[in-house]
Amino acid sequence: MSLLTINGLSLSIHGQPILRDVSLKLESGKVLGVIGESGSGKSITAFSVMQLLPNGTDCTGEITLSGKSILSLSEAQMCDLRGKDVGMVFQEPMTALNPLKTIGAQVAETILIHEKVSRAEARTRAAEALRRAELPQDRFPLSRYPHELSGGQRQRVVIAMAIALRPKLLIADEPTTALDVTTQAQILQLLKKLVAEEGIGLMLISHDLAVVADLADDLVIMRQGEVVESGPADDLFRNMQHPYSRALLEASGHVPERSGHAEPDALLQVRGVVREYVSHSYGLWGSSSQFRAVNDVSFEIRRGESLGLVGESGCGKSTLTRAILGLEEVQGGEILFDGQPVFTNHHANKAVRRRMQVVFQDPYGSFNPRWKVERLITEPYHLLDGPPKGTERDGAIADALASVGLKEADRYKYIHEFSGGQRQRIAIARALIIKPDLIILDEAVSALDVSVRAQVLDLLADLSDRLGLTYLFISHDLSVVRSITERVLVMKAGQIVEQGPTADVFDNPQHEYTRQLVAAAPVLPDDVAGGNAHEPISGSLV
Amino acid sequence: MSLLFHSRTLLPGAILTFIFAGAAIVSLFWVPYDTTVLDIANKIKSPSWAHPFGTDQFGRDILSMIMVGARTSIAVALVAVGIGMLAGVPLGLAAAARKGGLLDEVIMRMNDLVFAFPSLLIAVMITAVFGASALNAIIAIGIFNIPVFARLTRGAALSLWSRDYIMAARVAGKGPARISVEHILPNVANLLIVQGTIQFSLGILAEAGLSYVGLGAQPPVASWGRMLADSQTMISFAPHLALFPGLAILLTVLGLNLLGDGLRDVLDPKLRRARV
Repeated sequence: MSLLTINGLSLSIHGQPILRDVSLKLESGKVLGVIGESGSGKSITAFSVMQLLPNGTDCTGEITLSGKSILSLSEAQMCDLRGKDVGMVFQEPMTALNPLKTIGAQVAETILIHEKVSRAEARTRAAEALRRAELPQDRFPLSRYPHELSGGQRQRVVIAMAIALRPKLLIADEPTTALDVTTQAQILQLLKKLVAEEGIGLMLISHDLAVVADLADDLVIMRQGEVVESGPADDLFRNMQHPYSRALLEASGHVPERSGHAEPDALLQVRGVVREYVSHSYGLWGSSSQFRAVNDVSFEIRRGESLGLVGESGCGKSTLTRAILGLEEVQGGEILFDGQPVFTNHHANKAVRRRMQVVFQDPYGSFNPRWKVERLITEPYHLLDGPPKGTERDGAIADALASVGLKEADRYKYIHEFSGGQRQRIAIARALIIKPDLIILDEAVSALDVSVRAQVLDLLADLSDRLGLTYLFISHDLSVVRSITERVLVMKAGQIVEQGPTADVFDNPQHEYTRQLVAAAPVLPDDVAGGNAHEPISGSLV
Repeated sequence: MSLLFHSRTLLPGAILTFIFAGAAIVSLFWVPYDTTVLDIANKIKSPSWAHPFGTDQFGRDILSMIMVGARTSIAVALVAVGIGMLAGVPLGLAAAARKGGLLDEVIMRMNDLVFAFPSLLIAVMITAVFGASALNAIIAIGIFNIPVFARLTRGAALSLWSRDYIMAARVAGKGPARISVEHILPNVANLLIVQGTIQFSLGILAEAGLSYVGLGAQPPVASWGRMLADSQTMISFAPHLALFPGLAILLTVLGLNLLGDGLRDVLDPKLRRARV
């Protein structure tokens, strides 16, 4: 008998259909990968197993968890089941823990809710659960608070909470999406170990094929509330039938066509840049300490080149970006754009600044929600002394929108009328409107679904060819960096530890840290491309 | 218009507020009886057709006095909220733009200073020094609105300053003042409107309190607070003298609070979604 069977599950919220006829099956000790893009219904499928659904939800079909029919259980019976038979790991470890309670108290809470045990007994078992999640007591005692832990360690606490009562089923909803690559590899390793050693059935939900590929025994691919394809992972990867799954696979290893015409002269020179922050401790006589976010960084970007910058969170990428954009002054070294300093007399050099633009990661936070598109994308005109007016301005807006594949009529809309991918196009249009030479892409495609990401990468490649743009492409995703950059810098703790042509650095990493990064990056199986007649994919992935 | 029905409190709040604002406006052009003319023959009459709310100890029509009193209360509260917003919002925006800097410290510590004194006590002090009048009451209440708006604006603005669109505006070369006006202010406006209605009702209460102790609007201008004060010695045999001004204060404050709650529900997209 299967651990979890979902049969013909259809679900609607306030009469709007969300899931249609979803069926899947999971055995104990196996991993089921559920893959889909945003809005595919993968999370709501998981939540329907827990019956943690919004008000006004109507569920039909059959969900059976080790013989029990979930849909016929009362809310009280469901409360008993949640946490005890089914554990859940969430995406965002920063908000999944209560900041006011110690990690021991939070893990023990799960035990106390479900079993009549003494506090001391619950704490012993909490310590045991944390040990199973690889947080040993000598280094991570129960008395730690969440803010004392890193993102990966917090995710381990969340996992410890989920497995404290030895549930039969563990649901992990994008458990590594918010984590760095090396941390992601460790968390996936831990989940794999728990499945193997404790016989838990794991439902792993992800948008990332490569993350799931390594772990899953079976796969379910979802789109718009329906299962488009399912089966054993090995077979499925080699022999994908449905066009959507093939498109998804292709998009996740997509390499945009780009001619790449780097000229010998340097557009941007960064020489020995140091950026220090002074942090104060609170109180009138609090002492201050210095933190070096960027430590003696030197590199240059040639005109027309696409340069990658890779590093994990906190390595100083964003600080470096702000320094290049002239938003913050550096304490040491110099930044020259086309031979001119970015900062002169403690002020940003306007002549230089109007030749650089930036595209940010979050398509939802990058725009003032109360402005229309035309006002949003013409904001950089503020940098010009005599910005275009009247028909000239209209023409520029139309050009910018057309070059990112949007309609001219879109200029009268508000930002909430657009999807994530469209918003990122608008962000690119905003960067293009003053015809800059350099565009800094700060994790610009990281928040997008794979198929949308492929389109945006194509757009970027096309724009750089047509307009002779230079890119500084900052990302934590090695496969994306590999697909669009010629050279790459690897940054760690404020320093550049390795640089060189992208393919060389990733195929033959010299520095220990680069090796770790490359090893940690999730990979699709080598033989994936063999089964289908589309472009080879294996060569494009790290 | 359908927004009116998104929230259960918005419509009753709007109706109550409209009634009292309407009474105040009508009183500018017409009142049933002149409130400055005494009619001793008709003193302390119970409610009747001629005088729906009765008459006071000088024979003045209480309905007319409440209408004129609404004008006083609303004028004082409106100007006081205006002072608070006009001074407090720019201070809050400036403090947020210079977070952690000297300006931020100075502005916020001044705020703390004002907050540290009981507001009504200082209002009594101001009127004691400069004389009792509606104008001094306005200034006294207005000063205490400044830190309320400054803190609210600063708090809301701080969370906006970390958004990417602010960064985009900085990349576009815009300075903190321009960013505050173009990006921050429109996005904190809904909070300010809601807080404005709440402060408005508090202003009406404060005005009534000051008038009650004789430090607000001076006779012959009618005021709800002074009507209450005048009626207390006669409350045993003429309760309507206290009842109607008391009800007027209660319903106006209730109406404004409901309106504020309702506006918050409608203007805050997060709450709106939670209710659907």
